[in-house]
Amino acid sequence: MGRKRDTLLAAVILLLLWQLAAVLIHADALPRPGEVFADAGRKFLDGSLLDDLAISCIRALLGIVLALVTAVPLGLVVGAEEPLRKRLSPFIYLLYPIPHVVLLPLIIILFGIGNLSKIFLISLIVFFQILVTTRDAAKEIHRNYFYSMQTLGATRRQIYRHVILPATMPKVMTALRISVGTAVAILFFVESFATTRGLGYIIMDSWGRADYVSLYTGITCMGMLGFSLYMLLDRLERRICRWNQTN
Amino acid sequence: MINVRAASLSFNHDGTSRPVLQEISFSIEQHESCAIIGPSGCGKTSLLFLLTGLLQPDSGVIEIADGFRSGTILQNFGLFPWKTVYQNVGLGLVLKGEEQGLIRSRVDHLLTEMGLAGFHSHFPGQLSGGMQQRVALARALAIEPEILYMDEPLSSLDALTRERLQNLLLEIWQKKKITTVLVTHSIEEAVFLGRKIIVLSRRPGRILQIVDNPDAGERGYRRSELFFHRCINLRELLKGEDGGQET
Repeated sequence: MGRKRDTLLAAVILLLLWQLAAVLIHADALPRPGEVFADAGRKFLDGSLLDDLAISCIRALLGIVLALVTAVPLGLVVGAEEPLRKRLSPFIYLLYPIPHVVLLPLIIILFGIGNLSKIFLISLIVFFQILVTTRDAAKEIHRNYFYSMQTLGATRRQIYRHVILPATMPKVMTALRISVGTAVAILFFVESFATTRGLGYIIMDSWGRADYVSLYTGITCMGMLGFSLYMLLDRLERRICRWNQTN
Repeated sequence: MINVRAASLSFNHDGTSRPVLQEISFSIEQHESCAIIGPSGCGKTSLLFLLTGLLQPDSGVIEIADGFRSGTILQNFGLFPWKTVYQNVGLGLVLKGEEQGLIRSRVDHLLTEMGLAGFHSHFPGQLSGGMQQRVALARALAIEPEILYMDEPLSSLDALTRERLQNLLLEIWQKKKITTVLVTHSIEEAVFLGRKIIVLSRRPGRILQIVDNPDAGERGYRRSELFFHRCINLRELLKGEDGGQET
């Protein structure tokens, strides 16, 4: 209950600050929260916003999930198998710092201008964040855990299942949390071209029309989308990493 | 049952080879209890790793009689923090693919025996050091080993807990007739639990002496005059190897 109260309190403080700033600055470019929420409420009720929210949510989620299911297994193997780590780490270090968004033209050629290229770009960027964290986590597992498994006669497969995977889970969850922020930021970028749906489109479109209330409705929804994903991850983490919260 | 002949071991570190153990020879009979003692850094743990097969000697022979199961308790990080007490204790059986019913009955029985009934679903992080060591002991015993290897299993515990667990080890040794090999840096522990005490020199470890201690295994031994004499003798033997300054 304490956490819920703290979150609510933070939301109230942010809204108050927003209201204060809007009153002080007194410009069209910063509408008051009341106007924005009225606009958002109206669009929710007539259903015109739900489509955009849903499509954005699906793009972000699929991007993250796609990155997760590819980056975690690869990260575990690269981190835990020393020869592989030595061979592949240089590739990761060379490819990770590239600003992957510049690959957009190529991605569009390969995957078209539809949802696939949008999801692919999100997952490409998030992929590296999860990969590097997972690899480091797998590398740092204390060797006594492996010795313990060996004395119990474990196979390599069993070591993955009982040690490497669970030991890295807390770090993977942290990587996921970071990737939610990244995914939402990239979501805005990929929805600002070649689409007429999604929260990013709403923001860019309203901006072009200088409809600032609508612009802030889009921003607020994007914030809520990110927040919901964080809540989801928190839940997931408390289930999966129950042991990590006990001490 | 265990036969070590002229075993030597060295570690390679940054291209230089440093000897750890030199020409170690001894044997341990079935149902015997053997303590290995020596100054810190003398290679005690490495010797235990050789016996358990976690390390291979550079030269010499290590023979363990065929067909005997062994259980091992490593110094730290032996228990898996992401597994409950029940899962930790049953792990060796799970890895062997035993059926659930057998695992349940054996783990339940062991937990009761170790005074851990009611702690099935606790994680190691929620238990005291003494209880964690009892879980580690239960896990090693779960596969019903004929040989039990222990690396300083009690070194992190306070004096009273330690004494209680030493009595527990003694009981197990007497009741289950398990051949035990115990690495320790505690003189009293070695004399109390080891019918045969292997005294190692400082690094690189050689055998200084193998002390016969036939009275170990009696509960009252700890308070007998003979016990104190043996401790004093062992202390004298180790003093020369300590390398520290007299104060």
